[in-house]
Amino acid sequence: MKELIKELVEVYGPSGEEAAVRALIEEKIKESVDRTFTDSLGNLFALREGAPPLLMFSAHMDEIGVIVTHIDDKGFLRIAPVGGVAPHLLVGQRLRFKNGVLGTVHHEKIKELKELDWSKLYVDIGAADGDAAKKRLRIGDMACLHQPFVDLGGRYMAKAMDDRIGCAILVEVARRLPPSLPQGVCFVFSAQEEVGLRGATTAAYRLDPGYGFAVDVTMVGDTPEAPLMAVSLGRGPAIKVKDRSLLCHPRVRELMVETAEKHGIPYQLEVLERGGTDAGAIHLSREGVPSGAVSIPCRYVHTPSEMVDAGDVEHAVELIEKLILLSWPSPDEGWT
Amino acid sequence: MLLEKLSNLPGVSGSEKAVREAIVEQLREHGLEWQTDTMGNLLVRKKGRRSGSRRIMLAAHIDEVGLMVTSIEKSGHLKFRPVGGIDSRVLVSKRVHVGEEQIPGVIGSKAIHLQKPEERQKPFELDQLYIDIGAKNKEEAEKYVQVGAYASFDAVCTPFGDGCLRGKAFDDRAGCAALLELLLEKDTPPFDAAFTVQEEVGLRGARVAAYTLQPQYALAVEATAAADTPDTKKERSSTVLSGGPAISFMDRTLIVHREIFESLVNAAEKAGVPFQFRRFAGGGTDAGAIALSREGVKAGVVAVPCRYIHSPCSVLKESDLRHTVSLLRAWLEATA
Amino acid sequence: MKEEEVKELVMELSSAVGISGKEDSAVAVASRHLERYATRLWRDRLGSLIAFKEGENPGEEPFSLALVAHIDEIGAMVTRIEEEGMLRFTAVGGIDPRILPGQPVVVHGRSPLKGVVGAKAPHLLSEQERREAPKLEDLYIDIGLSREQAEKQVRIGDLVSFDAPPLAMAAGKSIAGKSLDDRAGVAALIIAAAELAAARHRANVYFVASVQEEVGLRGATTAAYGLAPALAVAVDVTHGETPGLSPPDVFELGGGPAIAIGPNYHPALVRRLMEVAADERFAVQREADPGSPGTDAWVIQVTREGIPCALLSIPLRYMHTTVEMLHLDDLINTGRLLASFARSLDRPFVEGLACF
Repeated sequence: MKELIKELVEVYGPSGEEAAVRALIEEKIKESVDRTFTDSLGNLFALREGAPPLLMFSAHMDEIGVIVTHIDDKGFLRIAPVGGVAPHLLVGQRLRFKNGVLGTVHHEKIKELKELDWSKLYVDIGAADGDAAKKRLRIGDMACLHQPFVDLGGRYMAKAMDDRIGCAILVEVARRLPPSLPQGVCFVFSAQEEVGLRGATTAAYRLDPGYGFAVDVTMVGDTPEAPLMAVSLGRGPAIKVKDRSLLCHPRVRELMVETAEKHGIPYQLEVLERGGTDAGAIHLSREGVPSGAVSIPCRYVHTPSEMVDAGDVEHAVELIEKLILLSWPSPDEGWT
Repeated sequence: MLLEKLSNLPGVSGSEKAVREAIVEQLREHGLEWQTDTMGNLLVRKKGRRSGSRRIMLAAHIDEVGLMVTSIEKSGHLKFRPVGGIDSRVLVSKRVHVGEEQIPGVIGSKAIHLQKPEERQKPFELDQLYIDIGAKNKEEAEKYVQVGAYASFDAVCTPFGDGCLRGKAFDDRAGCAALLELLLEKDTPPFDAAFTVQEEVGLRGARVAAYTLQPQYALAVEATAAADTPDTKKERSSTVLSGGPAISFMDRTLIVHREIFESLVNAAEKAGVPFQFRRFAGGGTDAGAIALSREGVKAGVVAVPCRYIHSPCSVLKESDLRHTVSLLRAWLEATA
Repeated sequence: MKEEEVKELVMELSSAVGISGKEDSAVAVASRHLERYATRLWRDRLGSLIAFKEGENPGEEPFSLALVAHIDEIGAMVTRIEEEGMLRFTAVGGIDPRILPGQPVVVHGRSPLKGVVGAKAPHLLSEQERREAPKLEDLYIDIGLSREQAEKQVRIGDLVSFDAPPLAMAAGKSIAGKSLDDRAGVAALIIAAAELAAARHRANVYFVASVQEEVGLRGATTAAYGLAPALAVAVDVTHGETPGLSPPDVFELGGGPAIAIGPNYHPALVRRLMEVAADERFAVQREADPGSPGTDAWVIQVTREGIPCALLSIPLRYMHTTVEMLHLDDLINTGRLLASFARSLDRPFVEGLACF
C-alpha cells in the first residue's frame, strides 16, 4: 500500500485540475469494481453494484494550490490561493505547474510578518523576462506544492496526504472486498473539495445514496502546545462526531463504533473545531442522507509535510471494509 | 438604447419588477415567449433558427445593490441598511429614489463647518447615515414611506468621454443588455436565457432557475470590476476598460470548467473579438450557483469591464459591451 | 387553547433537551402534542419531525403549506477529559462564552450528569483576568468526578445542555428560560394545529419541527426538498427590547409577532399575512430584512424550483442565553395568525405566486 500512497501523493492535482489524479485512480481501481464513470465537475465514480441502500464513500482528489493572476514584465508571477492556503506557509516553498515548470515563492519587503498577505507574494520561475515567462505559463495556470513522499519508518510524510491518503484507502478497500456484498457501494473520488465541497454536492445528487461517508484527514492535538484536541497519531482512525460542516448521524456513528469494537479495531472519537469534509455536502443532498466520516489523524495539515501513521491507515482500511460488509437498514428507519 | 433604459430603472434585490417588465416589453414586441417563477426570475427558452446539440443557459442578473429602510426616526429621517455589498463610504452626499413611488431622498451628513478636524479623518459609519425625504417628523414621513421600502441610487445613464457611459447598476444591466440583444437577434442557435433575481444577496435566483432549466452548459454574463486607475497597482487591476470582455478562470464561487474556458478563448480568437482575462480570483457570480445544480453544470463567466461597480456611478466603454455580445454570439454558434 | 395550557406547553418544550444533532427528547414532547391534531407523523432522514393534516379542496388540485419552526437548541459537546476530571467542550451553535462561567449544566453521558461551568473565585483573580472576557477554550465543566470516574461515564462527543428550568415571571405574562429559540416557534405551530383541528381549510398542512437550524439551517434544507410544499411560513424568534438597543434592531414584547419584509420573503405572502392580521385584529410588527437574519426561510426559498416563503418572528429578549424572555400574548397570536393564514389560502392564490 505504501507504493500506492507514494504514487498518489506525488501526482499534480489542485482543485479543478484533477485529471491526472483521476486517470491514475481509475487505472488502479477499475479491476475491483463493476464500472467507473465521471461527471461535469470531474468526480470519478467507481461502483460496485448491489441492493439498496447504496453506500457512498467519498475521498477527494484535489489538493490545495495557487493560481496565476498576473505575469509582470520581469517574469514574476502574482498568485491567489486555491483552497485554504496560508501565505506564510508558502514562503521559500517550491511549486510545480501542470506542464512541469517549477518555481519558488518569496515576498516583497515587509517590516513584520503580520503584513504578509497575498498581495506581497510572488513566484519566481527563473524566466529572463515577462515574454519568456509567458512562453511557459499563462494567467489561470495552477501550481501545487512540490515535495516528494518520505517514509519516516512507520510514519509517512508528503504533500497532499489531504486527501490522497483517503483515495489510497478507498482503492485498497475496493481491492479487498469479496465478490458478494450486502448492498451496493460507490467509491467517489471527488473534485474541488478544498474550495467548498463542490464535487461531493453534485456527486451525492447524482447517486442519491442511502448513506454517505467521507474518508479524509483530521487534525491532531499531540504536537507541542497544540490547540486542544483529543486525537493523536498512532491511536487508530478517528470516527467523526462533529466538524463545522456536519453533525454525524448518531445511529451511523454508533454503528461505526460498534463495528470497530466488535473487530478489535482501535479508534478515536473526533470533534473538529474548524474544517469540514465531503460528508457536509452529502448529508444535505435532496431529502437528506444519514452520514458519517472515517478520519485519518494527520499532523501539519495544509503544509508541504503532512504526516500520517501507517498503522492508522491500515486500520482505516479494515474499518471501512467491515462497514461495507454490514447489513445497513433503510435510511428511513434512522430514528426508530 | 437598451443599457440606458435598463440601468435607469430601479431594481434592488427583492424588488426587480420594473426591470423585469421593461425586458418583458421587449420580448413581447419580438414575439418571444417567457415565464416567471416564484422568485421573480424571468426565463426565456429561445428556439433559434436550428436545433442545438446541447442545452445552454445564459444568465444575467436584473437586481442591483441598494438600500432598505429599516426604521423611521421621530425626526422623519429614515434609517437604512444596504442590500448586497456596498462600501458605506460611497453613500454620503448622494441622492436616492425611495419606495414604489420613487420619491427623492438624500443621504446627508454633518456640514464640514460643524465638524472637528479629527472627525474628518474617519469615514462615516452606516449607523451615522440617514435618508432625508424632507419630512418634518415621523408622522409626515409615514405618509410617503414604510419600513421595508427599497431605495436605489439616483443616476441617469449618460454618454461621456471617449465612447464611455456613466450610470448606476451597470452590474449587471450591462449583462442584461448584452443577453437581451442576443435574444432579440433573428438568427441564433437555441438557448435558454435567465434574467435572474437576487444575485447580489447570494446568487439566489440563479440557483432556482438552474434547477428548473437543467442546462448542460452555462455562462453568467456579468459586469466585473476594472481597477485600471491611479490608486491601484497594475497587477491588482483585474481588468481594464477597452480590453474587451473579460473571461474568468476562477472566483470564490467557481473554478471555470476547462472546456468552457478554452472554448471561450477559441471563439474569441476565431471571431477576432478582443478579450482579456479577469485577473482576480475573488468575488462570485450566478455561474457558481448554476455549476452545482443537480448533477452539475459546466459553467463559466464572461463580463464587461466596469469601473466603480457597486457605487452610485459606474463607468464602462460601449465597445467593450459590443464585443461582449460578439463573443457570446461566437461561443454560442460553436457550442450549441 | 387556553392561556394556562399554552403556558404549560411552552414550559414543557423549554425544559426538553434537544441539542442540534440529537433532538430526540424534544421531538418526543412535540410529537405527543401534534399527534392529537394530525393524521400522520414521521421523522425524515435528518430527524426533522413532520406532522401532516389534510385539507379539503374538492374539485381542485390539492396544494400544501409547510409551517416550519426549529426544534433544536444550542448546547455544547465534550471534546476532552482533563487530568483533574474536568471536561473541555466546544459549542454546538452560537454561544457567547461570557454567559458560561457559573452556569449549571447537564452532561449527557451514560446517564445525565449534573455539572457546572467552572468560574475562578474572585479572590484568586488577577486584575488582568478580571478585565478579559473568557474564551471558550479556557472554560471547563466540573461534574464532581475524578478522571477515572469521568472516563467511565463520559465520552468525547457527549452533549451538554443548560440546566435551566423555565420561569413564569411574576409581572406580566412573561416566561423566561432556555431554548425559547425556537421552542416558542414550535409551540406556535402546536397552537396553530389545535386551531386548525376545529376549522375547515383547503390547504394540506405540514407542521415541521426542523432539526439542526442552529448549526446551519440544515434540517430545513432537506425537509423542504422532501416535502416540496407550494409555500411555507417559517416561525422563529427576533430580538426583544433590551437596554442599549433600539429599533429597528429590537421589537416590543407584547407588540405581536414581527412579519419580515425583504428579498427572502414573497410579497404576496407578506401582504396576505398583514391582511389577515388586520382582519382579525392581531397586533403585528414589521421587520425590514435586507438579507438573511439566519432562519430556515433562507434555505427554503431556494429549494428545487423555489418555494415562496414568509417569516413570523416572536420577540425574545436575551437570545441564546438561559434567560430568554418572551410574552405569552405574542406566542398565542403567532399561532392564531398562522392558523388564520392557512385557512385563507386557496388554489388561485397559490397559482398567482409565479406571476410577477
